[in-house]
Amino acid sequence: MRATFAVLAKDLRLELRTFETLPAMVLFSLSTFVIFHFALGRSAVGGQLAAGILTVTLLFAALLGAGRLFVAEREQGGFDAFLLAPVDRTSLLAAKAAAMFLFLALLEVVAVPAFGVLLLGPALGPRLPGLIAVLALADLALAVIGTLVSAIAIHTRARDMISPIIGLPLLLPALIASARAAAPVFSVHGSGAPPGKWLLILALYDVVFALIAYAVFDFLLED
Amino acid sequence: MVDQDQQPAIELRGLTRRFGERAALNNVTVQVPTGTTLAVLGRNGAGKSTLLRILATLLRPHGGEVSVLGERLPQRAHVVRSRVGLLGHEPLLYRDLSGRENLHYHAQLHCVAPERVERLIEAVGMGKRADDPVRALSRGMVQRLAVCRAVLHEPAVLLLDEPRANLDPAAVELIEPLIGSGNGHTRVLTSHDPGAAIEDADLVLGLRDGKAAFVRQPGEVGAQQLRELYG
Repeated sequence: MRATFAVLAKDLRLELRTFETLPAMVLFSLSTFVIFHFALGRSAVGGQLAAGILTVTLLFAALLGAGRLFVAEREQGGFDAFLLAPVDRTSLLAAKAAAMFLFLALLEVVAVPAFGVLLLGPALGPRLPGLIAVLALADLALAVIGTLVSAIAIHTRARDMISPIIGLPLLLPALIASARAAAPVFSVHGSGAPPGKWLLILALYDVVFALIAYAVFDFLLED
Repeated sequence: MVDQDQQPAIELRGLTRRFGERAALNNVTVQVPTGTTLAVLGRNGAGKSTLLRILATLLRPHGGEVSVLGERLPQRAHVVRSRVGLLGHEPLLYRDLSGRENLHYHAQLHCVAPERVERLIEAVGMGKRADDPVRALSRGMVQRLAVCRAVLHEPAVLLLDEPRANLDPAAVELIEPLIGSGNGHTRVLTSHDPGAAIEDADLVLGLRDGKAAFVRQPGEVGAQQLRELYG
């Protein structure tokens, strides 16, 4: 835990110094909402369409952020520095996934209200608790898989292409589950509560990929 | 002179490491007794940095046996890590963090008390610039911070790749108490200045194309050996 907190604190400090990741994710999401607003030619969407737009936008924003996760480690010797320390290597995975989760949560603080203003038909306020539950589980999947994919891609020359090529298929089940879970939340006539079945699927997916990431991460750091 | 009865701190037997088809190190055998200094000489690409990275547990050997402080690598790498310090070509410092922030980060990873960071910063004369981002510092200053990072956890074995690179004489004097031969460390050092390295060493390993060209006492390394090594 000590090493995880040390790496996480260092990453957050670096982000505060450079603003390289989070602002890009936020700008990307806002731009995408504006594009959808004009491309669909509708001032308000709801239900499955709204859920799809939000989850797809967050997915691509997450991939954008994941691509930056290990850049400082690669370019400034952070990998070597970490590997020289007598710490559990999975603490790097935990720290990076936690940083990614925080970035996504902060992104959503800005992006979800913007989505509500630019695209969403039904009022967001009463639907927030359900939406937060869906987004928290979706963010966990995005953070864990994004970190795993980024750790694989960072060692390749074509890392900007590798991340989406590997990440999108892996994240597809999470995207489907989160979009289906969010659809009733955005429905004008629905209950506003996300269906338990899709939340459970999303949670199971989080657990499975957290275990897979824990099992393989050591090997990704080998020379 | 090397005391042959001492337990070797570092022992290589037939060490081989390949990058693809190319053998960066090929059947290298050498023993480094505790508390002594091994100078590794050779041309660019001879395998010096690869040797240091294997001893630092950053690379796995592909053949032969390697032990550091009695622990076999790579099997016992997790034990060795806390007892070796690497000063390589790269400072392993984040450019957008200050020197102090970088060292405190490494101190946390190595379970080192924050007070040691402050003592080291003062020891290398970086007290006034320790809060500047690393990217704003001169190469010499960065190298001084890199020395602090390498010795932060008081390692028993120091792996020094061109340790005096970018340093002026005054800075060399400042870092000498930390990485010099007088403080009981076992050291493996590489240098492109063979004369200085031999003067600093108890044993000299000459590497040519990844193979050990010679392992000799410093007094036995003459102009002829160096010509053959670098020629």
